[in-house]
Amino acid sequence: MKIVIINYGAGNIQSIKFAIQRLGYEATLSDNAEEIKTADKVIFPGVGEASSAMEKLRVTGLDALIPTLKQPVLGICLGMQLMCKHCEEGDTNGLNIFDVDVVKFDASKKVPQIGWNQIENLTSDLFKNVNNKEFMYLVHSFYVPLNDEAIATTEYGIKYASALQKDNFYGVQFHPEKSSKAGEQILKNFLEL
Amino acid sequence: MLTKRIIPCLDIKNGRTVKGINFIDLRDAGDPVELAEIYANSGADELVFLDITATEQRRKTLAELVMRVASTINIPFTVGGGISSVEDVEILLNSGADKVSINSSAVKNPQLINDLAAKFGSQCIVVAIDAKQIDAEWIVHLVGGKVPTDIKLFDWAKEVEERGAGEILFTSMDHDGTKNGFANKALAYLSELVNIPIIASGGAGNMQHFTDTFIDGKADAALAASVFHFKEIDIIDLKKELRNNNIPVRL
Repeated sequence: MKIVIINYGAGNIQSIKFAIQRLGYEATLSDNAEEIKTADKVIFPGVGEASSAMEKLRVTGLDALIPTLKQPVLGICLGMQLMCKHCEEGDTNGLNIFDVDVVKFDASKKVPQIGWNQIENLTSDLFKNVNNKEFMYLVHSFYVPLNDEAIATTEYGIKYASALQKDNFYGVQFHPEKSSKAGEQILKNFLEL
Repeated sequence: MLTKRIIPCLDIKNGRTVKGINFIDLRDAGDPVELAEIYANSGADELVFLDITATEQRRKTLAELVMRVASTINIPFTVGGGISSVEDVEILLNSGADKVSINSSAVKNPQLINDLAAKFGSQCIVVAIDAKQIDAEWIVHLVGGKVPTDIKLFDWAKEVEERGAGEILFTSMDHDGTKNGFANKALAYLSELVNIPIIASGGAGNMQHFTDTFIDGKADAALAASVFHFKEIDIIDLKKELRNNNIPVRL
């Protein structure tokens, strides 16, 4: 199986590569369109600031490529947010795969949310063998409101969408590669889709 | 619900854990990776590695260690100690660290916080603050608490938040090593003052101290070293106790 992690200079991609290795698979890092197109599974990572990450995608032309991919694609954290229509952070237009806008948590709680929180209302094969209310590690200041494409929800002052799916595109706000055994199970499920 | 975090801290020198580790089940008591793996599998929510190496090979040795840790454990970890530039941070994050913690270098050059937050995002920038009370005023100290500055803790905390820190790791030098509990009054004040998570450090001696720092100290996470390394407190037992006290934890 060919697994490609999109490498566009945004994020801690070593951790994802290592997590995939622990599952017995190998992943390649690439920003090459041909490499990405011919992969069986594509992982779209990202941490940091939305507008500068989006700019990096534009420079490499990956912003046009990603929405056209046909194989399973998993966006993680900022990767998932960039797959949405618009991000409040840096007033950034996203890849418009998910039909929803990313907005900032209000100041009634600490921002960023950092730590382990639960995922519920799990409605996707991505969560096979994962318990309802399982703990995942999250670090984020912006969130995706509840919407029709939500496949998991989390509560932080409000209930929001912590995972999304549309056709072959999946997105998770949490870090499966940092979320202990349950996180690894989710990565495994994705790789075995 | 977002849970309160329990964070063991490992002191590292030349790629090895520093004295004070008493794990009978370790094959190699000096190997930070093996110890990290045990913690990751026994309920720790995160780990902090504090490097106190002072040699020229420091950067390379630490990057190699970070890569070994990242390839082994499946929970987040922070690396601190001697980090003073954007380049230092880039090497550590590229090696697989999730967050870095800066301390003296931020006091000497506060702009570093802005630069790091802009380049890597606030979420991976922890500012560690060591402070102790002098004439009833909390004063920031450098070099592991040995050198006083003229900066007040609460002013500095506000400033680091404004400059883009994602978290504050506050160590009370008055409480560190005493095993008499955390500096909960100062912690609670900090937690109200800023809107980023606060990690309590210094003073853990028993399980009640953790309950107290989460309730009275309003801390978001608690860090300790010796009580975990010497198995005086088992993390799973601690979390059960916290849950019994209605404190949300990951169990």
